[in-house]
This record gives sequence, structure tokens and C-alpha cells, in this order.
Amino acid sequence: MSGAEQFKGQALSWEVNGGVIELALHRPPCNELGSLSLGEFEQFASALDGLEKDAHALVIYSELKSGFCAGADLRELYQRSQAMEKSQALRGVRDFLERIHRVMNRLDASPLTTIAAVHGVTFGGGFELAMVCDLIIADKLARFCFPELRLGLIPGFGGIPRLKRDLGNAVVRDLLLTGRSFNATKAQQVGLVSQVVAEGEAVRAARATAAQIGKFDRSTAATAKQFIKPIPHEELRREIDIFCELFSRPAVEAGLKKFVESTDAQPYLP
Amino acid sequence: MQTAESTLEEILTLAAAHFKVPREKLSPDEDFFKALGIDSLQTLDLLTKLENHFHVELPDYELQGVSDFRTLAARIQARR
Repeated sequence: MSGAEQFKGQALSWEVNGGVIELALHRPPCNELGSLSLGEFEQFASALDGLEKDAHALVIYSELKSGFCAGADLRELYQRSQAMEKSQALRGVRDFLERIHRVMNRLDASPLTTIAAVHGVTFGGGFELAMVCDLIIADKLARFCFPELRLGLIPGFGGIPRLKRDLGNAVVRDLLLTGRSFNATKAQQVGLVSQVVAEGEAVRAARATAAQIGKFDRSTAATAKQFIKPIPHEELRREIDIFCELFSRPAVEAGLKKFVESTDAQPYLP
Repeated sequence: MQTAESTLEEILTLAAAHFKVPREKLSPDEDFFKALGIDSLQTLDLLTKLENHFHVELPDYELQGVSDFRTLAARIQARR
């Protein structure tokens, strides 16, 4: 097999078993996506070129009890933006978004059949990571949410274009404009989640699904995927521009400060 | 017909079982964050457990500021 078959990083690890690439997230407290995670995701995206040649599926999951992923590392974002001038901070944000979009687009367009096995918190950037996958398998305690409006922002890792691609507009408006979270059952009802399984069973179910996928001709599956799952490149570009325009507003700094310094018992609730 | 009291009792039983706290140590007007020793992420687990158990949707914003079992039961009862 080509590519690094195994990798053990600080934020994520991967290995290949029987044609299935398993990407495990394990950065406490809940796989917040910051510069460390992004660097390792970029390594994974590079390795995919080789790994894909002999694989048929990719399963992404979290090893942490707290959940799949709580989204962007807001503490890092706030601290970094405080440590530099506004224009420099904005350039940093745009650069981060450009890089993470490249990773997300690479995963979205992979010829492999990709599965997110999620549990617990699947918020913001974590939700966006799950949405690049072809299938989402959720355990009963998974919750999905886009709380970005609370910070004066919109989702920035490709969330809106992919929501619009995959779901009805009314559901997209509900998720975005109220910032409320959906449980797994609701997420399945609206067409976001493929399977809902018992607590702790998402990875097992994802492996069983990956094994089933392995029975099909790879080339046919890749052709079908390319046909039915277009990447909304134009909207993704627009999302970065809108995010950066919003990020330059004073309300965002205030929102981030409030979140980072919050002692509220429910800071994750919109 | 479920009453507010029976809903409250079910919540207490469910929370005690999920977070492994003796049922008798939980009282209706107690702060459930303290009583259960849970953080914000575990609160989301509790929310999901309650939604699944009672077959209701509880928008997060309706729970802002709710910290005792009795008020939580009232919010659930209003959606049944």
C-alpha cells in the first residue's frame, strides 16, 4: 500500500484495516479544531493520495467520551486574535479557513465512501467535518448544532453550502437561525443522519457498513459518488468571504470574549 | 395521562440512573448541575436522554437558566 498506513499524532491518528481507513480524533476536551489539529488533518489529506489506492472506505470517529467534535478552537482563535493587530488577525483567520477548506474539500471529494461515526457533541466545525462524509452514523446521544450566530459569525468550515446541498432550506434555516441543537433522531428525520444506533455502537455500525461497501466495485462506487455529490465550490468561496467580513466586526470579539471567559454551566447551549 | 408530578419523578429516576447518583439523594428543587455533578457537555447528554425518553423536542434556548428538576419537568410537560 502507498502512503503512511499508520499515524499517531496529538490530535488524530489513522490506520488501515481490510481496506478501511480509520481516522480517530483524540484531542481533549472535545477535539476542538485549532492549528494543531489542522496541521495533522493536512498530513492526513496528503497521505490520502496514497491510502486511497488500496482502500474502499474511510471511517472518522472520536475516541473521546465527550463527543465527536465541539468545533473550532475558540480559545485559540480568541487568544491569537488578541495577540496581533486586527488586519493581521483577519489574514490569519482567512489563511486558516483556506487551509481547512482544502482539507474538507479533499475529504468531500474522496473517491472512497466516507462515514462519520458520531456520538455526543457534534457542533460547529465538528458538524461540518461530519457533513463532508457520505454517511453519518450517530449514536442515540449525538447532538448536532451550529451555534455560530451567537458569536456574530456563520459556520466557516463549509457548513452552509453543504447543508444547502444535503438538506431542505427550511431545516437549514432552523439550524442556523435558532442555533438550537438536534438530537440524532431529529437529525435522521430531516435526512442528515443515515443510521441511529444504541449508545457506544456508532463505530461498530460504521465498520459493518464499510464492510458492506467493500463488496461493490470501487470504480463504480466512485463514479456514482462523483455524480451525486457535487462540491459547491462557488458557495464555499463565498462562505469564506462572508465569514471574514463578519469576523472584522466588533461584535465577534465581544462574543468570543464572552464565550472564552464564561463560567456559565451551559456555555455550549446557544 | 402523564402529570407534572409523574414527569418529575421519571426525570429524577432517569437522571439518577444515567449519572449513577442514588435516587434518594436527588430532590425536585435542587440544582441538577450540582446534584449530578455534571458539566455543560454532560448536560447535553441529559437533554438528549430526556428527549428520547419523553419523545419530545426541547430546544436548548428553553433550558437557558433552568437548573432545577421541577422547572425542567414543567418544560417537558409543556411539550407533551
